[in-house]
Amino acid sequence: MRPLHPVPPGIRTVLGISFFVLFVAFWAWITLGGHVNRIFLADPLSMLRDGWRLLVEDRFWLDILITIWRVFGGFLLASVVAVPLGIAMGAWKPVEAFLEPFVSFARYLPASAFIPLLILWAGIGELEKLLVIFVGSVFQIILIIAVKVGSTRRDLVEAAYTLGSTNNGIVSRVIMPANAPEIAETLRLVLGWAWTYVIVAELIGSSSGIGYMIINSQSRLATGQIIFGIIIIGLIGLLSDFAFKAFNRWLFPWSLA
Amino acid sequence: MSKLLIENVSRTFAGVRGGQPVKALMPIDLAVAANDFITILGPSGCGKSTLLRIVAGLEAPSEGRVLLDGKAVNRPGPDRGMVFQSYTLFPWLTVAENIAFGLRERGMVEKERDGIVASYVDLVGLTGFENHWPKQLSGGMQQRTAIARALANDPEILLLDEPFGALDNQTRGLMQELLLGIWERRKKTVLFVTHDIEEAIFMASRVIVMTARPGRIKSDVAVDLPHPRHYTLKTSPEFSALKARLTEDIRVEAMRTAQAQPA
Repeated sequence: MRPLHPVPPGIRTVLGISFFVLFVAFWAWITLGGHVNRIFLADPLSMLRDGWRLLVEDRFWLDILITIWRVFGGFLLASVVAVPLGIAMGAWKPVEAFLEPFVSFARYLPASAFIPLLILWAGIGELEKLLVIFVGSVFQIILIIAVKVGSTRRDLVEAAYTLGSTNNGIVSRVIMPANAPEIAETLRLVLGWAWTYVIVAELIGSSSGIGYMIINSQSRLATGQIIFGIIIIGLIGLLSDFAFKAFNRWLFPWSLA
Repeated sequence: MSKLLIENVSRTFAGVRGGQPVKALMPIDLAVAANDFITILGPSGCGKSTLLRIVAGLEAPSEGRVLLDGKAVNRPGPDRGMVFQSYTLFPWLTVAENIAFGLRERGMVEKERDGIVASYVDLVGLTGFENHWPKQLSGGMQQRTAIARALANDPEILLLDEPFGALDNQTRGLMQELLLGIWERRKKTVLFVTHDIEEAIFMASRVIVMTARPGRIKSDVAVDLPHPRHYTLKTSPEFSALKARLTEDIRVEAMRTAQAQPA
């Protein structure tokens, strides 16, 4: 195979789908073929059956909605705090010098390790779930945006100065619009991570949500339900990612090649 | 009184990692008359762009000062419009919005802006492209927009830093005629930096030749060719004589630059 040579779109789709098929086929073979114990891994068919029962009889869609709300609520909270801070850090170097060391440090604090503390502070209600996602996302967003804003094209800034922009004009009418697509891209990326934090938050001290269903199923050895829950998370993540991407494209037509 | 006065301006860059400081510009004195078209010609690395950036206020001189209409320059401002070699249109704004940028920064209302923008769109021949994004334009069109954007602000002086340097030869020739045509009709004080000898003569009423680094003024040549100038001028005997002279001047400097480079 020639390195870096592109693959035609038709073949690309076929190749992409065939891995899914192989994956499911392998799963079906080891489960339905009796190569692993049913107790530890459900087969694809019972996974679908269990999933259907969950949705119809156990009102699992309510859990799905709650989880979605938690992800978006926590993520929105983090964005509202982090985007302005990130822009300020990128634009004004004293602000960066003041906050960057702390934010860099805080970024490595694992959100999941905060859960016991957050439960002490905020109980096991919705606020605690939102805060887990907030803690997990906010420092990441701040840092990535600060770096992007800090690398704003200098020639554009200089051009604006020669056209009469003031310092504040540079920030609001050059730095912000120039980086808006990158900022939106960053938010899309971090939203993906927020999905992992919400499940962790729901595994501990929770009575609703997809994560709760998963931990609940574990005690009943309902591996079909667990796998169904995991797949649902993946699907929603994929969907929200597509929607986010489409939204960004619609918002920033000028940044397209 | 001169429009622009460059008095004893020099620039020294601090040494890298404790090395010797680098002298980019020897002290330079230059007086520019109003409505003059001056080209600054020099080998690459001679500090001609640095000089222009000092006039723009984007860099500070190590010594000396720059006076525009008798006022000292110490920061960039809308009285000195600038066109850069790199494409510096704001990619998130359309052609019309780019041209309107300076007017908007000044707080001019949209209704007033529109008329001015339309006249400059027309001046640089971009009618029909007002609502295009910069990405959809060729390099020549982007630079035409950049010229219109700088002119729309009605600056006291127009500074151009090798504005056609990245364009192909044919486009460059057309752009030279376009800019010169605008200057012939509207009269502006222009400072134009280039390393292209033909371009320097064709555009200028006065060519300033700079030496290799550290740059100083080597010669100051008046170009008394008649206006309006047509591209056929480039093959006239007068033009060729000037070109021969400047080629000799700049060749000596280019050789000095080449010898100064470590092998």
